[in-house]
Amino acid sequence: MGAGPFRFQRDIVAASHRSNTTIGWLLASPLAIVLVLFLVLPIVMIVVVSFWGATEFSIYPAFQLDNYEFLFASPVTYTVFLNTLMYTVITWACCLLIGFTVAYFLAFHVHSLTWQIALFLLCTIPFWTSNIIRMISWVPFLGRNGIANQSLIGMGVVNEPVEWLLFSDFAVILAFVHLYALFMVVPIFNTMMRIDRSLLEAARDAGASGFQTLTNIIIPLTTPGIMIGSIFVVTLVMGDFITVRFMSGSQSANVGRLISNDVALLQYPSAAATSVVLLLTVLIVIGIMLRFVNIRKEL
Amino acid sequence: MNVSSEGLELAAVTKTYGNTVAVDAISLRIPQASYVCLLGPSGCGKSSTLRMVAGHEDVTSGDIILNGTNITHLSPTQRGTAMMFQNYALFPHLTVAENVAFSLKMKGTGKSERLSSANRTLELVDMTALAERLPAQLSGGQQQRVALARALITDPAMLLLDEPLSALDPFLRLRMRTELKRFQRDLGISFLHVTHSQDEALALADIIIVMNEGVIEQIGSASDVFNMPRTPFVARFMGGHNVLAGPQGSFALRSDKVTITAKPSRAKTALQATISDIEYLGTAFSVAAKTDHGDDVLVTVPDTDFAASPVEIGQTVHLQWAASDAHPLSSQVSAHS
Repeated sequence: MGAGPFRFQRDIVAASHRSNTTIGWLLASPLAIVLVLFLVLPIVMIVVVSFWGATEFSIYPAFQLDNYEFLFASPVTYTVFLNTLMYTVITWACCLLIGFTVAYFLAFHVHSLTWQIALFLLCTIPFWTSNIIRMISWVPFLGRNGIANQSLIGMGVVNEPVEWLLFSDFAVILAFVHLYALFMVVPIFNTMMRIDRSLLEAARDAGASGFQTLTNIIIPLTTPGIMIGSIFVVTLVMGDFITVRFMSGSQSANVGRLISNDVALLQYPSAAATSVVLLLTVLIVIGIMLRFVNIRKEL
Repeated sequence: MNVSSEGLELAAVTKTYGNTVAVDAISLRIPQASYVCLLGPSGCGKSSTLRMVAGHEDVTSGDIILNGTNITHLSPTQRGTAMMFQNYALFPHLTVAENVAFSLKMKGTGKSERLSSANRTLELVDMTALAERLPAQLSGGQQQRVALARALITDPAMLLLDEPLSALDPFLRLRMRTELKRFQRDLGISFLHVTHSQDEALALADIIIVMNEGVIEQIGSASDVFNMPRTPFVARFMGGHNVLAGPQGSFALRSDKVTITAKPSRAKTALQATISDIEYLGTAFSVAAKTDHGDDVLVTVPDTDFAASPVEIGQTVHLQWAASDAHPLSSQVSAHS
């Protein structure tokens, strides 16, 4: 008699456990399906294809290391990867400097929320046009007879047009910084806004100068945002190909262009192999960055 | 240096934000080594006053003098004050020891020296065992002690506390309250403590400064402020008082000095009233009554007295008190005595 109601209750608990698990799986499935279909499967495809073989006019399924052997044997690969890393490091450094400064100004020097929002939106306005348009708009500015050169000559700084302004590594990096600086501003601004203002007062109360507050309090507390921004910039720059092609006038190459050239020649297996190597490089770079900062608490 | 220049003095200190006057020309003098509570409702200017003394808020006009030095325009560290913030404002990325040693690091003291100095200060607040923890791993009371240690390591002449107990739960609040008072006694420096809780102020303060709308309503010892409120505002804010209109202006009457009776005695002042509410408080009953003039009067009746002669809502009774318990109030706001 005593066991009756007890067992009944236990059955209810078990049933609700079962339905909870089912509901959990159902809730997780849409995202899981999207990720599997649009992220995992394509990457698996690329890895598979990277082992295929190719002739001038056809590709055929196989399992061979020819693509990788060719890739690692070619000196071009190393030059191009080094070039890509150079673009990445310089762009990252410039974006970090600009991003941190802008975010710092917005977060700590603009005191009214309305102005903060207004200025922040102002930063995002360039994003209402496409990357290509923003890139191309540099051409008339930086060209041989562009505004920049005409002003420089007009001011008497130089006598003849500066050649390296356009179609050069300088132009590539300038465009990268222009395109991606905001990806650094946003996460840094976000972490800065979460810093309790009384911490800054506490630092001042303890005798910290403005610079000491910056290095001892603000920068350490902003590192998660800096890391998130850095991951954005690094992945975007390392995966880019169109900016390098436009802004270097096809005179410089990065890994993205290597891949895009292979694709243009229908050399999919070779393109896939390069992609896999690029993907691993990016993952290693991010892995190294995550060793330094725990961004989990920021998410 | 003469004795009168010891301690803190505020001379016509004013703070305005645009057109709003937060603190209106307040003047006061606090002797050395006293526990002072700035008491008032939110928005009364008590926090602005504290922050001006701390140097975190510019003074619009007036002077602040600490131990004979005009500190009005000095930086927080030059003033010899240290502040303990409302939510303690511990640096979340630094350990307890590093938090306490922070000001020494800013001064350029070497690492081993500043950490051993931090350890000595942590000993004072009994927190050496947790020196390597991060603030997030501490309880509220422990965080408060770390904040206290961080403020004390600079050897301040005066400690400024901004609602230090408001972040704690009620039980811990009582315990930390006792500790704060003990620290103040042991250290022999002045504590200036901002609070909106009259219980806290009564329990801690040697001197209570009651503020309202940017001006000081009353300065005095805890018992003076409680027993002899100067203005209706102080009487109402301190609680436990009835503010009534009498023939010579309004007067304050402590609710525990009023008795309820069926037959008033001739020696005492009495009013006829109707019981409108009864609340049980544990050791006493709080009885609300409405007089024939329409005034609400609160009467605190000890539970034994209430059990001896209980009353009911709607019952008509007489409220009586000794004439000496009626304390006349001034409607003017000016705290200079």
